[in-house]
Amino acid sequence: MEPILKARGLVKRYGRVTALDECDFDLYPGEILAVIGDNGAGKSSLIKALSGAVRPDEGQIFLDGTEVHFGSPLEAREAGIETVYQNLALSPALSIADNMFLGREIRRPGFMGQYLRMLDHKAMGRIAREKLNDLGLLTIQNIDQPVETLSGGQRQGVAVARAAAFGSRVVIMDEPTAALGVKESRKVLELIQDVRSRGLPIVLISHNMPHVFEVADRIHVHRLGKRLCVIDPKLASMNDAVALMTGAKQPEASLMAA
Amino acid sequence: MASEARGPQGFETAIHTGPGTVAEFHHKRSAVSQIRHVLHQTPSIVPLLVLIVAIVVFGLILGGRFFSAYALTLILQQVAITGIVGAAQSLVVLTAGIDLSVGAIMVLTSVVMGQFTFRYGLPPFFAVACGIGVGALIGYINGFLVARVKLPPFIVTLGMWQIVLATNFLYSANETIRAQDIETKAPLLQIFGETVRVGGAVLTYGAIMMLVIVFALAYVLRQTAWGRHVYAVGDDPLAAELAGVQVKRVLISVYVCAGVICALAGWALIGRLGSVSPTSGQFENINSITAVVIGGISLFGGRGSILGMLFGALIVGVFSLGLGMYGTDPQWTYLLIGILIIAAVAVDQWIRKAAA
Repeated sequence: MEPILKARGLVKRYGRVTALDECDFDLYPGEILAVIGDNGAGKSSLIKALSGAVRPDEGQIFLDGTEVHFGSPLEAREAGIETVYQNLALSPALSIADNMFLGREIRRPGFMGQYLRMLDHKAMGRIAREKLNDLGLLTIQNIDQPVETLSGGQRQGVAVARAAAFGSRVVIMDEPTAALGVKESRKVLELIQDVRSRGLPIVLISHNMPHVFEVADRIHVHRLGKRLCVIDPKLASMNDAVALMTGAKQPEASLMAA
Repeated sequence: MASEARGPQGFETAIHTGPGTVAEFHHKRSAVSQIRHVLHQTPSIVPLLVLIVAIVVFGLILGGRFFSAYALTLILQQVAITGIVGAAQSLVVLTAGIDLSVGAIMVLTSVVMGQFTFRYGLPPFFAVACGIGVGALIGYINGFLVARVKLPPFIVTLGMWQIVLATNFLYSANETIRAQDIETKAPLLQIFGETVRVGGAVLTYGAIMMLVIVFALAYVLRQTAWGRHVYAVGDDPLAAELAGVQVKRVLISVYVCAGVICALAGWALIGRLGSVSPTSGQFENINSITAVVIGGISLFGGRGSILGMLFGALIVGVFSLGLGMYGTDPQWTYLLIGILIIAAVAVDQWIRKAAA
């Protein structure tokens, strides 16, 4: 099977620090691929390169077999890759609906929308509410309340709902459960599986081993700026995973994913 | 060979037995925090209240002299230039920037409109278009330096202020074009000085243009994608970029827009003065920032409304006219406005706590 998102030989340097060192990456259609690694291993740089937030110095990225060069997150998004960033990328003073539709606003039909470029606040509010309800993650009294009035978990919910609602090829989630309580984490994990069952592949970056081993189909172990190995969560244990990513253990053929 | 339990952890089974309701908050908001919340939603209420109180107080003290259609529309006329320049300033401040070159752009564009007509004999309409083009170009340079070269707006526009002002004096050779000449040869340049009378109310076209610009921008900022992006960029440019806003393009367009609006102010300035004078409008920088700050637009970006700026400009106008009619030393006006500026920023900080 051809990977839907593939990277070969990615290099990213920040001054004298090499964050990505000839890194490879493969995501297959319909799977949940977890990316794990120590702090500073280069996970975030890899994700940023895939989502268009940074431009790699060297290497190639292929989406559905064709090479792509993302100059900005907007370009990646237009190609169908949605990302939930660790810092959530929400504008605190704007409303929930405004945030969900930032950069892809819906205009009113007819004269008002075409010539006066008036936004259809009603439609955006309705769709935003539907998406949040699908997620069942939060009770929002008012879709027009500014995001800064929400709790950390609710903000995470908005960011996840935005990605799940608009991703058409790939959804990337950077630590989606890091700020959430037990119950909200469970909701996000259910949502991740929900998104996969709709056929959308997901890249999940997480430090939470139980979550990773629960939902991932394959686990990409990142170490020292490159892919160390890809393990199968059914064959490897959490101990193996931690040992591999910290360098306590060398990759063994028996743990590898097919 | 895996030893750990997969799937939901044992301790998570309790989730489903608990009550199904999600956290709800029964705030017992105190009156004060309720007020703060409302102000947080619509920050322009504060300047509106101050404006109404000021009008009522001066009306009580000065009686019919102040509280007449004539006097009240006179205020509109007097703040017309500040209001237009303030609209340009508001756009820039909403993106967490500041534009110190607005006054200089206004003067230079008015000089361009005048000199192109009289020195080169161009048709006035074409000269006005050139003036607006010059405003747009200076705005573009500001925007380019801020967005692409990533220089701080304060520094860029501080430099641009000097550059534009010097260009203005060098180009015009410090020469004033007299009102009579303009009146006979190019009345189009003075069009914004013409008045319409409705009963006792007297409005100049300049004042009407200010209202049109402010209401048009209020619509654009509230109802269009570009307007929402201006707020998002001012709020958190990094988040806006990741969320798919073309931050650089928005920033440049904001500075270009500000330049064009300043050029319109330059046109209105000719109407106001009658003549074209390269030494006029020196205080419009500070006046526009004053209007923006009193109007409750946050200097940290992303918060406030352009209507607030209009109220801010009107407050200054009401104070000047009211105290002038009362016959006090004009310095009292500046003293009171100084207090208002500091109070406005203090209120802004207090309102921001509502979010925390």
